[in-house]
Amino acid sequence: MAEAQRARPKPTPETQHFWDGTQAGELRLQRCDACDHVYFPPRPFCPKCASRKVSIFKSSGKGKLYSYVINHRPAAPGFTPPYAIAVVELDEGPRMMSNIVDCPQTPEALELDMKLEVKFEKLDDKITLPMFRPAKG
Amino acid sequence: MRRNQVAVVGAAETTKLGVIPDMSQIQLHADAALNAIADAGLKLSDIDGIATAVETPQQIAHYLGITPTWVDGTSVGGCSFMLHVRHAAAAIEAGLCKTVLITHAESGKSMIGKQPRFTPPDSLNGQFEAPFGVYGPPSMFPIPVLRFMKTYGITHEQIASVAVVQREWAAKNPRATMKDPITVEDVLNSRMIAYPFRLLQCCLVTDGGGALILTSADRAKDFPKKPVYILGTGESVETPMVSQMETFNSSRAFKVAGPLAFKEAGITHKDVDHLMIYDAFAHLPLFGLGDLGFMPYEETGKFIADGNTRPGGKLPLNTNGGGLSYMHSGMYGMYALQESVRQMRGIAPAQVKDAKISVCHGVGGMFAASGTIIFTNEK
Ligand SMILES: [Zn+2]
Repeated sequence: MAEAQRARPKPTPETQHFWDGTQAGELRLQRCDACDHVYFPPRPFCPKCASRKVSIFKSSGKGKLYSYVINHRPAAPGFTPPYAIAVVELDEGPRMMSNIVDCPQTPEALELDMKLEVKFEKLDDKITLPMFRPAKG
Repeated sequence: MRRNQVAVVGAAETTKLGVIPDMSQIQLHADAALNAIADAGLKLSDIDGIATAVETPQQIAHYLGITPTWVDGTSVGGCSFMLHVRHAAAAIEAGLCKTVLITHAESGKSMIGKQPRFTPPDSLNGQFEAPFGVYGPPSMFPIPVLRFMKTYGITHEQIASVAVVQREWAAKNPRATMKDPITVEDVLNSRMIAYPFRLLQCCLVTDGGGALILTSADRAKDFPKKPVYILGTGESVETPMVSQMETFNSSRAFKVAGPLAFKEAGITHKDVDHLMIYDAFAHLPLFGLGDLGFMPYEETGKFIADGNTRPGGKLPLNTNGGGLSYMHSGMYGMYALQESVRQMRGIAPAQVKDAKISVCHGVGGMFAASGTIIFTNEK
C-alpha cells in the first residue's frame, strides 16, 4: 500500500506564477500598480481597488510568527504529529499559512512574533512548498 | 427589516440526539421537520417556503413532499440557519411566501448518507492551506487563539473555564450529551488535540437535527405555541481561509453581523436577558463577547472565569451546554436557535427566569461567516 501523502496543491492559471516562483526559489507576491496594495493569495486584480494593473514581485521571504497550533490529532496524511501549523506575517504585509521547520514543534520553541525566513521544500518535480524557519542572526 | 413582523411558530429538534445509527442524514432532516410541523399544528401542505444547508432545498422539499414558492440554499457553515431566519423573515415581509420551514440535520457521528467534506487541490484552500497539514476543524479553528490570548492577556485557565461553565448548564439539560461536572484542571489535563486546545475545549461530534417554522406576526397569534418574534438580524462573511482573516484579534464577520442585529433590534447590551454564542471551540464565546460589544476583549476571559455566564450569573450564556456539551452535529447553529426559542417560550430545561430578549450568534466555517438573530417574546 502506498504511504499516505501530504495534500498536494494544483495550480490554476491565476496562481501558476506563485508555484513557478517557489520552484525557482522565490516567494512571489503581487502589488497593485494603482494603489500599492500588496496582497495574497494570488489573483490578477487588486482586492482593495479592483485595478487589473498588478505586478508580481519577489518577497524578501522574511516575516514573523503571527499564530499557530501544534496539531496532535487527527494528523493530516503525510504528517507525523505533533506538528505546527503556522500563520506567518510577511514583512511586506500579507500573511500565509505554512509550517515551521528546523525548530522543535513545542510552545517553548515557537514564540509568537519570532523572526522567520522562507525555506523552500521540494515536494516533487512540480511542486515546491514555501516553509519557514527561525531567521538566522 | 422591521421589528417583530415575523415570528417563529414551530421549533423542534430530532426525536433523538447524540448517536443515531438507524437514520440517514436526510431522514434526520425529515424527523426534525415533522416534529416542527407538529409543534406548529400545521400540515406539510401549509409550507410554501423552504431553506436548508449542505443538503439542497430541492432534496429536502422533494423528500418531504413540499412545493415551495420560495427557497434558500444558503450554505455558509454552521450559522447558515441564522442566515435562513434572516432571509425568511425578509421574504415573508415581502410577500414571497407565508410559512417557511428551515431544516438542519447531520449524521455527523454515524456518517449515514452524508457526503464527506472534500477540499479540491486547485481551490485556494487546497493550494494554500491543505498542504500545510490542516485536517478538519480542530486543526484550523484554534489557529487564531494564541494571538488573541497574547494581544489581550487571556489565560489558558480562562479559556478552559468556558468548557467548565457550559458543562454546568448542560447538567440541567436532560438531552445534553455530556452532563458530568468538570473542573478547569480536568480541561487542562484532557487529551491534547491541537495546542493550545485539548479535548474538552473542542466540540462534540454527534448526530441530530432541528427545524424551525416562521410566519408573519399577525398570523402567529393563531398558532398553538407562544410566538417568538424576530427583533433584529445581521449577517456577513469574511474568508474561507482562516489564515487570511484580517486579524486574529477579532472576527470581521462577527463585528458586522452582531452590531447590525443590535441596531435593527434597537436594543442595548443591558437589554439582553439570554445569550447564545456558537461554541464550536472554547475561544468563540470570548470572540463573541468582544465582537458583539458586550465588553472589551481584555475582560472576556475573566468575565467567564468569574462565573458571570454560569447558572445564576448576570449574563446566562449557552444555556443548553453549547457545542462543547449539548451536541454538535457539524453545523451547530440550529441548536443555538432552538435554545433561544425555548428560552423565549419559557420552556427551556435551564430556563432563565423572565427572559424577554435572547441574542443568538452563530459562526460558519472557521470564522468564515456569521449570523445573528435577536428574539423576543414581547410584541
Ligand atoms: Zn489597488
